[in-house]
Amino acid sequence: MMGLVLDGGIALLTIGIAAWTIRAGDDFAAVVGFVAYGLVLTLAWTRLGAYDVALTEAAIGGGATGVILMRAGARVKPAPAARASRRARIIVGALSAAVAAGLSAIVLLPPQPAPSLALEVREHLASTGLGNPIGGVLMAYRAADTFLETVVVLLALFGVWSLGRDAHWGGRPGPALRPAEGGALPLFARVLVPAGIVIGIYIVWVGADAPGGKFQGATLLAAMAILAGMAGLVQAPATAGRRLRWLLAAGPIVFVGIGLAGIPLAGAFLAYPPGFEKPLILVIEVALTVSLAAMLALIVAGPTERAP
Amino acid sequence: MSAGLLATSPGGDVLVAAIVVPVIGILLLWLVRPRAVEWVALAALLANLGVAVAVLRTVSSSAAPVAYLIGGWQPPLGLALRADGIAAVFMAMAATVLVPVAIYARGAFGAPGERRPMVFWTMLLAITAALNLIFCGQDLFNLYVALELLTFAAVPLVSLDGSRETLKAALRYLVFALAGSVLYLLGVAIIYGAYGTLDLIGLASIRGPDGALLLAIGVMTAGLAAKTALFPLHLWLPPAHAGAPPAASAVLSALVVKGSFFIALRLWFDLLPPERAVAGSTLLGVFGAAAVIIGSAMALRQARLKLLVAYSTVAQLGYLFLVFPLGLGSGAAPFESTAWTAGALQLMAHAFAKAAMFMAAGLVYEAIGHDRIAEFRGLGRIAPLTVLTMTLASISLMGLPPSGGFSAKWLMLTAAFGEGAWWWVLVIAAGGLLAAGYVFRILVPAFTPPEEPIARVKPVVVRREAAALALAVIAILIGFLPLAPWPLLAIGRIAAGAP
Amino acid sequence: MSLAPLDAATLYGLMGAILVGLGLYGVVLLGGFLRRLLAFNLLGGGVFILFGVVARRGAGAGFGGDPVPQALVITGIVVAFCATALAITLIERLTEEDGDDPSGGGS
Repeated sequence: MMGLVLDGGIALLTIGIAAWTIRAGDDFAAVVGFVAYGLVLTLAWTRLGAYDVALTEAAIGGGATGVILMRAGARVKPAPAARASRRARIIVGALSAAVAAGLSAIVLLPPQPAPSLALEVREHLASTGLGNPIGGVLMAYRAADTFLETVVVLLALFGVWSLGRDAHWGGRPGPALRPAEGGALPLFARVLVPAGIVIGIYIVWVGADAPGGKFQGATLLAAMAILAGMAGLVQAPATAGRRLRWLLAAGPIVFVGIGLAGIPLAGAFLAYPPGFEKPLILVIEVALTVSLAAMLALIVAGPTERAP
Repeated sequence: MSAGLLATSPGGDVLVAAIVVPVIGILLLWLVRPRAVEWVALAALLANLGVAVAVLRTVSSSAAPVAYLIGGWQPPLGLALRADGIAAVFMAMAATVLVPVAIYARGAFGAPGERRPMVFWTMLLAITAALNLIFCGQDLFNLYVALELLTFAAVPLVSLDGSRETLKAALRYLVFALAGSVLYLLGVAIIYGAYGTLDLIGLASIRGPDGALLLAIGVMTAGLAAKTALFPLHLWLPPAHAGAPPAASAVLSALVVKGSFFIALRLWFDLLPPERAVAGSTLLGVFGAAAVIIGSAMALRQARLKLLVAYSTVAQLGYLFLVFPLGLGSGAAPFESTAWTAGALQLMAHAFAKAAMFMAAGLVYEAIGHDRIAEFRGLGRIAPLTVLTMTLASISLMGLPPSGGFSAKWLMLTAAFGEGAWWWVLVIAAGGLLAAGYVFRILVPAFTPPEEPIARVKPVVVRREAAALALAVIAILIGFLPLAPWPLLAIGRIAAGAP
Repeated sequence: MSLAPLDAATLYGLMGAILVGLGLYGVVLLGGFLRRLLAFNLLGGGVFILFGVVARRGAGAGFGGDPVPQALVITGIVVAFCATALAITLIERLTEEDGDDPSGGGS
């Protein structure tokens, strides 16, 4: 009963924050509302017992998205208060309410028993060598999704880079850093960054058997890189650098290489030879983590703003 | 046909190649020396053409779909790729369009290794991979990833020039596309919640006419319509397609909008129980009809060639949506119907003609330094091959014989007459007349001798003119195929085997 | 078909349905690209939660939830972040190009 009250409270709070974000008077307030939304959503995910998702939501959905939204909220001038006509609001409101009502009906009248692939996932999990079923789905059963998703992230980075100016192509993202003299940030960063890197690697490592994994770990590593950059400890790399490009490509190359090797060795693309499943998956995860961390950090850093 | 009894077909490896070849191409682009970039892209697109032809040959010679189980896992747990007749035909079509586009685009963006060429070739290969996956993907979430790949590749092409107008057009496109994706994903959530599988074959065997499926297909169709720029969600398309560089516009108009349309086709013809499809398909047909009329009317009013061609895309996409009422309303097996073949022909003829048209528009702009239609007098003198390209492409867009556009519209009319649906006949006829109106606005001045010699800004490169011409010729050649339903397009359709 | 029990999954399912409705309203009606983008993310959060509810209800085989929809959500969150980042960069670049009318509004 207590749990149900807590869940009801979280649900109402989430809806309240969402409504407030929609209605907020200015853009920055709306961004703040959205970051709060990400936090309560993380709570909801833990209450649903989905700890892997909660970690992802906290790291990416709330964290990384929040960072870029805050940056935009500060940079972008407020929108002209163009209010839609009353008629448009009524029509769209009715349509949105109808969709919400339809979804509610589906939620309230679920099929019995609830369809699930949990049994199939369990049945084959041993053959992947992994203990975390979500890792099994991401790296074995639906490995093609994960592979293509990595390509999507890489394309998003290239898309971000494509928005820089011609003169800056191949240069470094972000404004030139002022040498950070004194202040708390460099000190804070010096302490936090090593700790964050250790935790990030740990999250990837345990992801094979417990909640965690490459996306969450990579986000944490990316966050550490950004923090170190903000504190002036490191400088964003030039996007034309060959080492950087190999770093970005390493994850997808290892993934597709092992995937293709599966055709002669295990009978199918993205199949792993029996007995080598776990080590191969770990190799892919490590390579992906490094590349994904670089991609995510550079996506947050934005397009190049300095000539090479 | 029961769930999960799929096996990798002999020669199924080509489906993996269809996805992996362009992806490896992308990775290589960023690792090789700048001078090699264009050659890597061309090699990847040629290899892709080879793969697509191999898929088509396998499907047509065996008269059966080609399937591949990724990782050896059976759906619903694993992901399958499966090329049926229409998927194989469309894969080959897309691969065929992409090669002349690449030949046309070579050297068009300045020194290789700079921003614009790197972005263009990367995104072109990404579009290739995404379309191949959309055509042969069998899992609704896998298709979502493909749709996102397509969006992320298409949007930077729109803003390649970096001007304020194109940035705004790209942003507006992105907002529509993202809203479309999230609606599609909502449908995926509903379907998994109701059936516990996202595999199209598995779903077709267990679907029922229940509310969850109807709501899911409803929101997914709305999302896909936004991505396909179906009237009234078309407002993003003209500025985006007119603002992109010509080689990019060609791909965006000819191929990218067809990706989301193809998924809508799959949902309606493979998943929706036919008895539930009638009312909804009529609604889609009405929106399509409105697109035909309003898109053509807007094209008639444009002063600039690229905007005219972009509005023509809105109209020509409208025809595609007539397939829903005509194909689903015929009662008989929809894949053997005249309307099904008509839709496939319209999609392909438009792809070739529109790519040719945008490429020709780019050549016109380069030749005379503008694309104001009112000042086209004498164009035929200084760019005869390009004007020939525009003429051939226009014949197909208007639907004059012999051309792919004519065959498509003729079969559509046959289907409409067959069902006694005279109102669709009126729309198709009116659309043809309006199209004639807007293409003659271009062609008449182009063929009129100039009062004073028209100034040539830059000589046109024959290689690039020939690439555009080749596409226009294919649009005409499609018109020589027999005017009857193609058995090839009915191979391996899921619902054909379902009760 | 019978009514779902009043449990955490049902509560969060209703929450997800309402979030989708709110987000949809915002995506269509709000002025300014940044606000629409926020609404898109609210809507996405609602869709992901619906996946989470499906996962929770599919608990079995010793798992607290069906792992498949949870894995889909993880992929989805990463993709949504990329979409947001691309859109934000476009918005910022547009602001740079034109100080007067940064968010553009429009449909």
